[in-house]
Amino acid sequence: MSTLVFLEHHGDAIQKNPLGVLSKAASLDPDTSGVVIGSGVGGLVEQAGKYGAKKVFVADDPRLEAPLPQPRVDVIAKLVQEGGFDTVLFAASVLSADVAGGLAARLDAGLNWDLSDLASEGGQLVGKRLALGDTVLADVGWSATPRLGLVRSGSFEPAETGGSAEKADASVELSDFSTKAEMVEQAHEEQTGPSIEDAEILVAGGRGLGSPDAFPLLEELAKALGGAVASTRAVVDAGWYPYATQVGQTGKTVSPKLYIGCGISGAIQHKVGMQTSQVIVSINKDENAPIFEFSDVGVVGDLHAIVPKLTELVKARKG
Amino acid sequence: MKIGVCVKEVPDVGPSRRIDPATMRMDRSGDRSLNAFDLQAVEAALRLKADAGDGEVVLVSMGQSRALESLRKGLAMGADRAVLVSDEAAAGSDLVATSRVLAAALEREGVDLVIFGQQASDSDGAVLWAAVAERLKMPVISQISEIEVSGGSVTAKRQTEFGYDKIKTPLPAVLAVSDALNEPRYPSLKGIMGAKKKPQEVLSLADVGVDAGDAGEAGSRTTVAALNPPPSRGGRQMISDEDGDAAEKVMAYLVERKFV
Repeated sequence: MSTLVFLEHHGDAIQKNPLGVLSKAASLDPDTSGVVIGSGVGGLVEQAGKYGAKKVFVADDPRLEAPLPQPRVDVIAKLVQEGGFDTVLFAASVLSADVAGGLAARLDAGLNWDLSDLASEGGQLVGKRLALGDTVLADVGWSATPRLGLVRSGSFEPAETGGSAEKADASVELSDFSTKAEMVEQAHEEQTGPSIEDAEILVAGGRGLGSPDAFPLLEELAKALGGAVASTRAVVDAGWYPYATQVGQTGKTVSPKLYIGCGISGAIQHKVGMQTSQVIVSINKDENAPIFEFSDVGVVGDLHAIVPKLTELVKARKG
Repeated sequence: MKIGVCVKEVPDVGPSRRIDPATMRMDRSGDRSLNAFDLQAVEAALRLKADAGDGEVVLVSMGQSRALESLRKGLAMGADRAVLVSDEAAAGSDLVATSRVLAAALEREGVDLVIFGQQASDSDGAVLWAAVAERLKMPVISQISEIEVSGGSVTAKRQTEFGYDKIKTPLPAVLAVSDALNEPRYPSLKGIMGAKKKPQEVLSLADVGVDAGDAGEAGSRTTVAALNPPPSRGGRQMISDEDGDAAEKVMAYLVERKFV
């Protein structure tokens, strides 16, 4: 096996999920390499070395500054073709999914996504994939090389090995169509207050709240329980609640001890961000809401009546 | 403006939704409908066409020939016609093979804009647009929460893990919209009645110029080796608020689990 891991960074650090994938890859293939792509990113090599990369390719170019996928396909495709990598792994993210999809078509390579584990079985790389709403765990594989894999967020913890990586330059030759999309503006809200990622109890609200006016009900309950309020993409895009509270594929991944979902249907976009919560309680008036499939307690009823009542009960007990 | 919307027929969620252990492919024999995430893509296309004042919205799909029944939902919403690539040799296609077939069908149409929905509900796939864009050599923008088309270019707001990005690109381009972008319209009775009469073309792989060996399992690069039960989450308790005592029952649970 000869593995390359795409090490997505934000600001001046490699993200936690790609470092986790790197650690896992290094445990299966001691010669694992990484690639960082951006502008002024040479300093990331050291960080990658600490988490198991033997060699880190650096594509450093002002044209690579914006986190757009297609120029990254150009860089990685060339590395794979020239470096002879037979496996390229990604940690799922908005950017990495688009890079992996483009790379699959460029190289006619098989791409397995949503992998929650990787193993080497009889010398063959096998991916574990929860499918059909997590009702089945499939062993997936590749019939040819290069093999591409997108790993589900939170699957692997980064493991520091204390190693150091050799730095190598990756050449940057961009296709015409890869540079047509331009970043006009990036609006990244600075977070204020405690992060929902740190809260042990989360009360989350979705479109089923009916209007932003219902959020104070959740805030009251969260306050009584000593937790924080989270939200879904639908309510954030609608402007009902701040982006920093969004849980899901394009938001934050949370694993609180208790998650209480109110008026949340359980769209996959949201589910991937909260499915590792220890206990999930869901309140929804639709008994067929998908969220009930992965809840420990499902409450069918009107959250506008149940949530305030629950808040009062919690307050009364706590005195 | 000619807009191609990539849509897919999927098995309905329920106990019958399964992977056939004999073929390791999705069992598509039960109840089926149009992938719900595709409705936002159809809606987005219809609104862009209305804003532009003219144009055509074409549904482009690959699937069984009877998938036309599901595609009619998009026609009932207002799409102008449907193109379905249906060929026995295309069954079992993975991402590499599917993107090749769809790109060929889109190329044959010569569209200005390609729109995808957030993901496929059967495969949980959310990467196809990037593969299709690569094959068409078009720019791609995904996770879109706002779209504006003017003067031969499209500006879209993309939501990422870090906030919002505004990205601009000339047409033709491939877009993937989020499931929070819009509320898809319900087809009117007139729309439903008229859908059957709208042009619906069923094409073979040869019609779109793809060799049988480049589609289906022969053209795929991924395999499914085994199916296992998922790790168990334990039992699930359902509570109804019919008697108005759900809050008390939830409270009892929270106390028992020592959250309060």
